[in-house]
Amino acid sequence: MSPVMKKHAMPEQDPKVRAKNFNEVTLGYGEDTALAEAQRCLHCKTAPCRQGCPVEVNIPEFIQHIKDGQMDEAIKSLKSYNSLPAVCGRVCPQEEQCEKHCVLAKKGESVGIGRLERYAADYAREHGETVTAPQRKANAQKVAVIGAGPAGLTAAGDLAKLGYAVTIFEALHAPGGVLMYGIPEFRLPKAIVQQEISNLKKLGVVIEVNAIIGRTYTIDELLDEEGFEAVFIGTGAGLPHFLQIPGENLNGVYSANEFLTRCNLMKAYQFPKAATPIKVGHKVAVVGGGNVAMDAARTALRLGAEESYIVYRRSETEMPARLEEVHHAKEEGVQFRLLTNPLEVVGKDSWVTGLRCMKMELGEPDASGRRRPVEIAGSEFTLDVDVVIMAIGQGPNPLIQSTTKGLDTNKRGNIIADEETGQTSRLGIFAGGDIVTGAATVILAMGAGKKAAVAIDKYLQEKRQ
Amino acid sequence: MFKIVAKKVLSPTVKQFAMAAPQIAKKCQPGQFVIIRIDDEGERVPLTIADFDRDKGTITLLFQEVGASTQQLGQLEEGESILDIAGPLGNPTHIKKMGTVVCIGGGIGTAPVYPIARAMKAAGNRVISIIGARTAELLIFEDEMKNASDELYITTDDGSKGIKGFVTDVLKRLIDDEEKLAEVMAIGPVVMMRGVAEVTRPYKIPTVVSLNPIMVDGTGMCGGCRVAVGNESKFACVDGPEFDAHQVDFDTLIARQKMYIPLEKKSCENGRGGCKCHQS
Repeated sequence: MSPVMKKHAMPEQDPKVRAKNFNEVTLGYGEDTALAEAQRCLHCKTAPCRQGCPVEVNIPEFIQHIKDGQMDEAIKSLKSYNSLPAVCGRVCPQEEQCEKHCVLAKKGESVGIGRLERYAADYAREHGETVTAPQRKANAQKVAVIGAGPAGLTAAGDLAKLGYAVTIFEALHAPGGVLMYGIPEFRLPKAIVQQEISNLKKLGVVIEVNAIIGRTYTIDELLDEEGFEAVFIGTGAGLPHFLQIPGENLNGVYSANEFLTRCNLMKAYQFPKAATPIKVGHKVAVVGGGNVAMDAARTALRLGAEESYIVYRRSETEMPARLEEVHHAKEEGVQFRLLTNPLEVVGKDSWVTGLRCMKMELGEPDASGRRRPVEIAGSEFTLDVDVVIMAIGQGPNPLIQSTTKGLDTNKRGNIIADEETGQTSRLGIFAGGDIVTGAATVILAMGAGKKAAVAIDKYLQEKRQ
Repeated sequence: MFKIVAKKVLSPTVKQFAMAAPQIAKKCQPGQFVIIRIDDEGERVPLTIADFDRDKGTITLLFQEVGASTQQLGQLEEGESILDIAGPLGNPTHIKKMGTVVCIGGGIGTAPVYPIARAMKAAGNRVISIIGARTAELLIFEDEMKNASDELYITTDDGSKGIKGFVTDVLKRLIDDEEKLAEVMAIGPVVMMRGVAEVTRPYKIPTVVSLNPIMVDGTGMCGGCRVAVGNESKFACVDGPEFDAHQVDFDTLIARQKMYIPLEKKSCENGRGGCKCHQS
């Protein structure tokens, strides 16, 4: 493969060093590398890359601006599609989206679209990006956005740009949702998230924290008493699943949400300077094979665990985590126990002492199209661990659905909403992101927020007439 | 920021704050709680709402200084503020006319029982209350509970006030006196709540307890507050905090509550909050 067919590598912290710190793992392109990578773009007229992007970023255009050294234009182009490019450049599964469709990928490696997006966003931030507040409409209609995660932030940004008076209601004390409590600092620095959020505030978006919709206010109160004319629900997937195996309530068993929230949002790695404690564990098992599982396993190492295991019942091929994250986890020393299914958390004196597991083999494909894991008789063994973290997904939080009459949900408890518009069964109430689709990715939630903003604008325009 | 508009020191380690939180005061119901955070480095601490004043826009919080955060909170004075209060959280108490209801408060658990007793009486129930503490000076909300109840019994472990013994002793006597009890509501130390559950179990008297496991977000997101109820894992913040006492696995709850004691001790030694709780 000639050099030009390969993506330019991104510098990274040495795995041995970074496994002990919370600083960002990947360091981003420098100017020369970014320019060289941008040169690889063929600027195909059909731009297949755009079709893979849930928010349809004009990829050839922003890359052209990088090539031309017009960094202001590059960020302007990006931001007109995507309110959070510094976030997306870091955590989007580009290999499954834009980069998958890149023409270069047919013969070699695709353009490093994500890396270039990150470069442009970081450049803008470091060089003092200016954000001008959009002209607010006379008698601007008020829109409530519930949840300050990727879906809510995107919808709020787009609606503010259209001139609406937008208030985001956030249940936690800090906006950002999963970007703050879930994704670790070493993958997404919190300062970057807060910078993107402060840019949203400059657009005129008001953020009310500690406001739990369904408790502090109901949706009907927002509509009937607080003067909001439309509501967007982007509350995410907020209820962790457990395996329902014996021993799950022993001390030392965490949901990934709790483990990561303690560490990320509550800064437990600074304990006791920060007041929130965390049980670190000498040997930690993380059950699951997604990005959240990788995040938890890598966080455990950084907190000082001597051994950190991923326990996953299928093989590596079926793992839902991004390749890059699996690769990073392995480099850092996370050990993979594949085709391994947990049966019971075992303990002594109410503390975890091990995870009893069964070896599996792959059988026929199941409903998901993946080969079903089947138990191998007599293969039971106990993994010697003192902390177990469940990273097997999240369901929808019931607070809003149970306090909003006429809001239809499916049998899993997710809100039913039109895929294109986010329209729910209640007029004026829209929803999108994980609360509708079940747990997915940051960029898919952002795509849903974007579509809903367009639909809300249309709805409010019609309402004005 | 949320301002402390009034502070009362109920005992050396029990403090009561009236906090300005108009939206929560407007919405909260008996049985609900809030999550507070003192400052930017603070942890999220769940506290039951002991009382509320919708006109003044205040809620009353009452806490015992048991660890670094509550110790730090106790040092704050009237006029000072804390960074966050989120709520009201949890499901309100199920209040309806049932007949004779026994409201039991142990230690600072008496505070959250008070608005429940008041609401039970307002709903037309005959309210018998039993409040207990280790010793007379740790008794709280005595006058409030007297006003909210048709009958009030006081117990202290050392006999320094009221009946010498436990709240369960009085409860047993009430049952023995063939008083027909429609429901027993108990809030206090887990050991007390377990004791109450064991007293009422043979008689199948509906018994409700309010659980206070360790919690982070309070909205169901972290799953840290799970308790085994009737062989199912429930999240106290969204499924509770009140549960059928006869279904609760109290042993697991007691164990889980102790999870961070070793770390709390370390935190105190490092001077957070000036805590002296583990030095004796």
